[in-house]
Amino acid sequence: MTDQTLERTGTATGERSMGMPRHHLVIFAGLLMFFLVAPFFLYPVFLMKVLCFALFACAFNLLLGYGGLLSFGHAAYFGGAAYVSAHAAKAWGVTPELSVLLGTGSAALLGLVIGLLAIRRQGIYFAMVTLAFAQMVFFFALQAPFTGGEDGIQAVPRNMLFGIFDIAQDRVFYFFVLAIVFGGLLILYRIIHSPFGQVLKAIRENEPRSISLGYQVNRYKLAVFVMSAALAGTAGATKALVFQLASLTDVHWTMSGEVVLMALIGGMHTVFGPIVGAAVIVTMQNYFAGFGAWVTVLQGTIFVIAVLLFREGVLGVIGRWLKKPM
Amino acid sequence: MFELLGIAPQALFGQLLLGLINGSFYAMLSLGLAVIFGLLNIINFAHGAQYMAGAFVAWMLLTYLGIPYWGALVLSPLLVGAAGIVIERLMIARLYHLDHLYGLLLTFGLALIIQGLFRNSYGISGLPYTIPTEFQGGQNLGFMFLPNYRAWVVVASVIVCFGTWFMIEKTRLGAYLRAATENPTMVGAFGINVPRLITLTYGFGVALAAFAGVLAAPIYSVNPNMGADLIIVVFAVVVIGGMGSILGAILTGFGLGLIEGLTKVFYPEGSAVVIFVIMAIVLMVKPAGLFGRTA
Repeated sequence: MTDQTLERTGTATGERSMGMPRHHLVIFAGLLMFFLVAPFFLYPVFLMKVLCFALFACAFNLLLGYGGLLSFGHAAYFGGAAYVSAHAAKAWGVTPELSVLLGTGSAALLGLVIGLLAIRRQGIYFAMVTLAFAQMVFFFALQAPFTGGEDGIQAVPRNMLFGIFDIAQDRVFYFFVLAIVFGGLLILYRIIHSPFGQVLKAIRENEPRSISLGYQVNRYKLAVFVMSAALAGTAGATKALVFQLASLTDVHWTMSGEVVLMALIGGMHTVFGPIVGAAVIVTMQNYFAGFGAWVTVLQGTIFVIAVLLFREGVLGVIGRWLKKPM
Repeated sequence: MFELLGIAPQALFGQLLLGLINGSFYAMLSLGLAVIFGLLNIINFAHGAQYMAGAFVAWMLLTYLGIPYWGALVLSPLLVGAAGIVIERLMIARLYHLDHLYGLLLTFGLALIIQGLFRNSYGISGLPYTIPTEFQGGQNLGFMFLPNYRAWVVVASVIVCFGTWFMIEKTRLGAYLRAATENPTMVGAFGINVPRLITLTYGFGVALAAFAGVLAAPIYSVNPNMGADLIIVVFAVVVIGGMGSILGAILTGFGLGLIEGLTKVFYPEGSAVVIFVIMAIVLMVKPAGLFGRTA
């Protein structure tokens, strides 16, 4: 997406501490403070949902905002990992951290297989190919013996952390989720601001030129695809433990659409934008849950408005005002 | 031969017919996508929703105004196509200078709106639409029973597909269209109103989807979700065929419908995913698609 790439690396602003521009450090610290205090005022399960979708949206945006690749099938990794993590916790009694790791690993593997095929096409074909493969995963989830068909995997237990600590209570489990999501966000931040991330941006801006500079473009694309899928899987696996449920909703194409919307309204070319987008969409779903299909209409309307008038997203606009990339 | 395979001929031909019907819809929808993509360079994600809208408009015309099937077959594509033209003028036209992916996102949003609105008004249980009296009953062909309406669907779709191909490849209007696909600036310099050509093309593609929707109404129940899952399969069909050629889109549509039908006979569990598997194989062997030009 070469439209108005305002975003520049933090190096231009000069002020840096702990390897990142100072205002990014402030944002990270502010977010952490907020989420440490928030469960005492807000419903923890709602907050955990926001956290999981924030990680999902950021992982997705690594691919879209920095790799320039629009995947319309990220529900496959999110939902696939949710099923693996739920099955591992329920059928094998695996500890939560292992469930999440298994989910992440399986999403990475799925991302590798689909990515190998999908990167053979560009642009809108890439979007259609990823969508079609995600639909294949959906049919697999519908028919496979261990996924429970229409019911999904219900009543997933929250086992002992490391086999010792009891974290089943929502308020305690919240901090487990917070640790995972912040770990994931820091990893994503590191990837974006690494030399690897710089090459990705170069490929996004001008692929033929990157090839002529000697970069193995397809390897970079595949690598970022797998990373994005893996972290989307982390989010899905965690979400399965939060709601103690893995269902067809997680692998449906509407989920792929939702994560695109989160990245779009938050700001595709920003690091923190998808977090804002996820918070907005999850809150909206929460408060409008009683209105049935009107939520779909509202989401569609936001999509249309965002594409027509608001392509930079919330944090894209704020970043432009403050002259600091978000 | 049938005894050797252990398959009753009725089952085999019955599934082949179903495959041919599905193939008709794949062909008409992927044709519409290809026509729109050729000139507008966007993928019309709302195509499935517009197909559904076509079926619904036919149902409304019958229920509220008493206009029968034949009237709907003409009116519904016109109405839905006109709505498409309005959408193109008001929204899509603002995105041509941007990355093509924005067109995909916009039409995805539109699809959500259209589906949501119909779901709010009519629920998801589906509404019946009776087969027109001319086509009730069927023919006994000896080896299978052929319902008249299904035969008509296949015939109608072949006519529409061939008509579209003829218009684009053999007429003057089609020549303008193909020229505008290659080089819009040059065609504009020759005094042809390219923006209007683009608008009409989008309207035509949408009308094609609505026409398919009217054909589908008596076969499948009229349902707000009828287009959503279909369109994803059609995307896979488009990836397999490649959007470079009109004839390619038609052939791929019918061919894949038949293959899907055969899969239902020999390996029913795989019938939902066979097209996606074929897509994976085509991506490995010929990434540009069977009829595609290498980008």
